[in-house]
Amino acid sequence: MTGTDQSEALRERVADAAEQGEALSITGSGSKHFYGNPVQGSALDIRAHRGIISYEPTELVLTARAGTPIVEIEEALTAEGQRLAFEPPQFNGGGTLGGVVAAGLAGPRRPYGGAVRDMVLGLRLINGRGELMRFGGEVMKNVAGYDVARLNTGALGTLGVITEVSLKVLPAPAARVTLEVEADPTQCHDLSEQWLRNGRPLSGMIHDGERLYARFEGTTSAVDDAVAAIDGKALEPAAADAFWQSIRDQRHAFFAGDEEPLWRISLPPASDPTVYGERFLIDWSGQQLWLRGHPEPHNLRARAAAEGGSATLFRGRIDGVDAFPPLDAVQARLHRNIKKAFDPHGILNPGRLYPDAEVS
Amino acid sequence: MPAHALFRDEDLRFDVDVDPLIDALRQVLPEEGLIVHEAGLRAYECDGLAPYKQLPRLVVVPETIEQVQTVLRLCHEAGVPVVTRGSGTSLSGGSLPHPQGVLLAMGKFNRIREIDHHRRIARVEPGVRNLAITEAAAPYGLYYAPDPSSQIACSIGGNVGENAGGVHCLKYGLTVHNVLAVKVITMEGELTTIGSESLDSPGLDLLALMHGSEGMLGVIVEVTVKLLPNPLTKQVLMASFADVESGGHAVAGLIARGIIPGGLEMMDGAAIQAAEDFVQAGYDTDAAAILICELDGSEAEVADQLKAVDECLRDHGATRIQVAADDEEKARFWAGRKAAFPAVGRISPDYYCMDGTIPRKQLAYVLRRISEISAAEALETVNVFHAGDGNLHPLILFDGNQPGQLEAAERVGSAILQLCVEVGGTVTGEHGVGVEKINEMCVQFAGAEIEQFHGIKAAFDEKGLLNPGKAIPTLNRCAEFGRLHVHNGELPHPELERL
Repeated sequence: MTGTDQSEALRERVADAAEQGEALSITGSGSKHFYGNPVQGSALDIRAHRGIISYEPTELVLTARAGTPIVEIEEALTAEGQRLAFEPPQFNGGGTLGGVVAAGLAGPRRPYGGAVRDMVLGLRLINGRGELMRFGGEVMKNVAGYDVARLNTGALGTLGVITEVSLKVLPAPAARVTLEVEADPTQCHDLSEQWLRNGRPLSGMIHDGERLYARFEGTTSAVDDAVAAIDGKALEPAAADAFWQSIRDQRHAFFAGDEEPLWRISLPPASDPTVYGERFLIDWSGQQLWLRGHPEPHNLRARAAAEGGSATLFRGRIDGVDAFPPLDAVQARLHRNIKKAFDPHGILNPGRLYPDAEVS
Repeated sequence: MPAHALFRDEDLRFDVDVDPLIDALRQVLPEEGLIVHEAGLRAYECDGLAPYKQLPRLVVVPETIEQVQTVLRLCHEAGVPVVTRGSGTSLSGGSLPHPQGVLLAMGKFNRIREIDHHRRIARVEPGVRNLAITEAAAPYGLYYAPDPSSQIACSIGGNVGENAGGVHCLKYGLTVHNVLAVKVITMEGELTTIGSESLDSPGLDLLALMHGSEGMLGVIVEVTVKLLPNPLTKQVLMASFADVESGGHAVAGLIARGIIPGGLEMMDGAAIQAAEDFVQAGYDTDAAAILICELDGSEAEVADQLKAVDECLRDHGATRIQVAADDEEKARFWAGRKAAFPAVGRISPDYYCMDGTIPRKQLAYVLRRISEISAAEALETVNVFHAGDGNLHPLILFDGNQPGQLEAAERVGSAILQLCVEVGGTVTGEHGVGVEKINEMCVQFAGAEIEQFHGIKAAFDEKGLLNPGKAIPTLNRCAEFGRLHVHNGELPHPELERL
């Protein structure tokens, strides 16, 4: 396979930084630079550490270095009729495997196909002491030791520099279709349930405030049956693919412009997503709400928390408002302790996840 | 008793006078919730790994979350270890009592709090049995997906602690993929909810970390799981192969065609014979291996897949394919596999069940080596295999009444686990490390990794009171086991005291 192994150089760099107490800001393609709280630190660029190390389609496992562009991975999978179930975003067309796993962000297929962490089988990472370690592995079932691989998924590089990841991959379905359906935004959950319980292979549901878009992916017969059973207008295949990509990569008109912050609200099933503001886009059958405008951050977070959700300031900074909602006292302490266990000198992406986590 | 000591000196550093603790516990627990006499303790001396036995100092059977909080707070203050137990079905000794500690039995936490069929969520207490969740959800056409073979008895709290699997994992995931939230009490007695009813929660993924943590990080007092709609239809077929290798290739062939069966199980010739003798499932006893394949989905999907699977299996040399004609036959095809362990129990006085996972392509090599390893100790091994996900359960046959046979079985088991690591797999796929595989952890992980695990443990439980001596070996243990991966000729952190 292709690429170069820079893991020892990366390890030495982290070990030096640990000795100097020098903060590091881990970067890949920079496509998710906006996400999380700002980090002050010397750049640690992982892009030279790249390449697919092994990919065996019949084992459903791909292992690659963290700097590998996600596009390269998707291409390798497509060539074998497979794909990543979690449909990772490619903001600005970029993204590395390390960034995808560190951010833990998934696209429209997430509720039906699984999250990033659901597909992470193992990884190698450099902790804040400059030790290169391997956790998990390349097999589907593995309960040896704590699940450090999933713990680092979505940790935004605060516990370690991810250098290599093994992912579970899945066959791409034979057929897909997107239907435009007349429905009210409050119907997302009920329609989604009705279709899933009737065996429809739902793999995406968006409501843009005007119309509902539902994607079905599966065997040809299952997709044909869904088209026959559901009252809706099928999009042209190319237009449908472009639509879902525009949602995944936030190039859809809803996401245009940076004069207003973008909030992401994660909601329990069957919540009413229309109560949070005027300008919204509903994803994940109503379980992920994108919100534009200037809601009062404290009230927004309290409202989401009250129904078992959470509100993240996804794009755009607001003075005095952290990117992520606060944790309860017990979990805040656990976060601090875990951070110290991985990064005792507080040098890895300090503050990107939680400012407090770095306070010893 | 097993060949190696269950607990090492460093695991037995909690020599505390428990009488004051008992007095304090009497104030907060109902009378039957505190067991101190040997006859009562005896019921808790082992779990599903029966050769490993140990009496706890006392058993506590709380009934409320507040009682659990108080028990943990008191034990934390007194420095007394706590081992949490659900149904006691662990196959790795995960809930084996600690000789200096409290056995915290969660059996009274057996209520289903809520089945929210509209939102497909169940909220249950940790002592609820796995199958009971599916039974409660069934009237709504829903079920809870992970189905370990002990599902009739094992509790959901233990399922989280071990990240339990089952026969439908490749398609529907492990426990970690099906749990939304857990209420956890820390060793200090504080209550927190990890996860939520949403698809993600802020901060580090502590929910994933709790899965498979073997009771080392906290005590789970409530579990929220997602429920799935029952598949509209299912079909089960069974294929015979003249050798194990062809069966392995057939599995790879199915995946290459884009088919992910709901269940895909393999049994070797010895397992087929034992199961057939026991339940008369109609298994092909002439075959060297059989594959049981379950397809699920809509009628049209299953029909498409059945055709593709049939073609693929024939292409890969299946000597016979039987498609279940009706529900009764589907159940019968599964019955043999599900009864494989008790079936083996009929042909051998004792058996020892291993749990490695391997890359599937290594199957033929691994089975050949297992046969050689067993033969070297004059023992036989029977193999059942979760073929879809690579999780192998060799059952080592022995007679515990014959001197030396248990020890020989343990040597075979240890060698098999090391073989799994050697081919790129793991020492445990779904049964957990417990006390059973703790030495083999030293083969799978280097010193720095083991130190990192201890760091995580200390982040939750600074005094190391939760389930001491389980899951993660001390570096001393590894040094003694002689397999520690030493980097550059040095142990990591030479400045640290070796406990």
